[in-house]
Amino acid sequence: MMLSSELKAIYFISLKDIKSYYFKPPNISWGIIFPLAMTLAFYLRNPKGMIDLIPGLLGMTILFGSTSMEAVVITFERRLGSFERLLLAPVSLEGVLAGKILGGAFFGFVVSSAMLIVSLFFFSFPRFNLFFLIPSLILSALVFSSLGAFVSVAVKEVFEAQTLANLFRFPMIFLSGVFIPVVILPLPVQIISYFLPLTYSVESLRESLLTSHNIISYWVSILVLVVFSFGLY
Amino acid sequence: MKTCSAIHVEGLTKYYGDFLAVDHIDFQVNQGEIFGFLGPNGAGKTTTIRMLCGLLKPSDGEASVAGFSIQKETVEVKSRIGVVPEISNLYDELTSFENLLFMGQLYGIPKNQRDKRAQELLQLFRLEGKKDALFSSLSKGMKRSLTIAAALVHEPSLIFLDEPTSGLDVMSARNLRTIVKQLHQQGTTIFLTTHNIEEANLLCHRIAVIVNGKIIAVDTPEALKKSVQEKSIVELGMENPNLPDLLESIKAFNGVDTVSRRQDRFVIGFKGSPPWGSFLQYLQERQFSVTSVNTLQPTLEDAFVKITGLEREIMMIEKEGKKG
Repeated sequence: MMLSSELKAIYFISLKDIKSYYFKPPNISWGIIFPLAMTLAFYLRNPKGMIDLIPGLLGMTILFGSTSMEAVVITFERRLGSFERLLLAPVSLEGVLAGKILGGAFFGFVVSSAMLIVSLFFFSFPRFNLFFLIPSLILSALVFSSLGAFVSVAVKEVFEAQTLANLFRFPMIFLSGVFIPVVILPLPVQIISYFLPLTYSVESLRESLLTSHNIISYWVSILVLVVFSFGLY
Repeated sequence: MKTCSAIHVEGLTKYYGDFLAVDHIDFQVNQGEIFGFLGPNGAGKTTTIRMLCGLLKPSDGEASVAGFSIQKETVEVKSRIGVVPEISNLYDELTSFENLLFMGQLYGIPKNQRDKRAQELLQLFRLEGKKDALFSSLSKGMKRSLTIAAALVHEPSLIFLDEPTSGLDVMSARNLRTIVKQLHQQGTTIFLTTHNIEEANLLCHRIAVIVNGKIIAVDTPEALKKSVQEKSIVELGMENPNLPDLLESIKAFNGVDTVSRRQDRFVIGFKGSPPWGSFLQYLQERQFSVTSVNTLQPTLEDAFVKITGLEREIMMIEKEGKKG
């Protein structure tokens, strides 16, 4: 009974966030236009090698889609006091955070799925595997949404949330194999890469779309993403 | 620690770092009563409410709300109480109706009852016309009403109201007091914090006076007033109430116990009967002309001044940056 009401509350918290924040036109356009613009920029520079960048760009899309709004939404609600309404409800703190994280993760998943669908019109992926792809996208969205929530509890102002989120995001983009494969990075930098969740996100997406010859196997990446999800939560 | 009382508090304490915000307080709230927590801003009222609602962990002591421990059975406590925080904090981006529905969802109200309950509450608070208006577009009084309505969605047996009328215009404040009385008539226990002495006097069955984190009196308003009845209280109108030494001179007169200023008049508490002859002569010698004299019944405010040793003006200070 208690578990059922907790699960219902988690569902309603995410549903409310999805309706009132995530799926508003500015967010949808930002969530879709930003990754598409990035993809187009890389395509124009190097049309032939573009397909190799898709897993990295997908990972980056989930990273930005899930963390951006998540960090802002919680900070914004804490600032206005409406977050306290959730804390006053008969739901555990873990339940409130789970509701918030699921809302952000859903947005990240939808935005990255939209980008994936668009990319399917242009590229023929040699190892396209939907059963590998979906867990990878979902877990990546959960990890990065949790990262957004983690950032939001550490700050008081909305702009601080964005600044702190960027402190995590931008180094990850350059160190996690989005643009430059991890194996060609200097060894000390490679070591740092293995501590970053985006590395495992990109690796698992690469195996789901392009090649089985990865530096980290799909299942190891999935396992590490599960650990990151729980760790950050 | 299950009890029949609505709230039972023993030695409740809260430190913020080294600062002692609530200092080992004890009190009990009976079921069905309106209990006031009266004190100046910064006395520890909101901290106490936040501990009782499970938002803050006490540093020491115990408390049960609706028969459940606030530390060990927090979710049980939360499901049985309604809380109206000091700031009206519903969701700006949702309409009045959507806010109530969302609260109904959080409190597990079945789907077929949620709409009906939300409609009922909008009617009760005369907000039917604002059903589809965004919370952000409502007036301060309407926001306050809707925040109270949201706390009642699950029909709690106990409701916490933190400074419910603070910052409201006279009409809105009066409407809210009427609603509080209606809730009480329906059997709801009400725990109310206020720095408004008159509000506490009008609404509460019993009042706890809290100053600097300590409860210094718990009693009915009548009993608190009686505690100053051994005094004679008079109100003096002065020709020039702003003369610099006037207040200090009155205080210095032998036999004067308390003095406070209400606009252009001075309310003076004498120990025993006022020695009129010598007192008026004392004022005349100092060039202070009296224009009127009224004998007053002691008020809760007089009791508060006597009990706390604070001036009434300290209760009039609103918190900085308070939002509706």
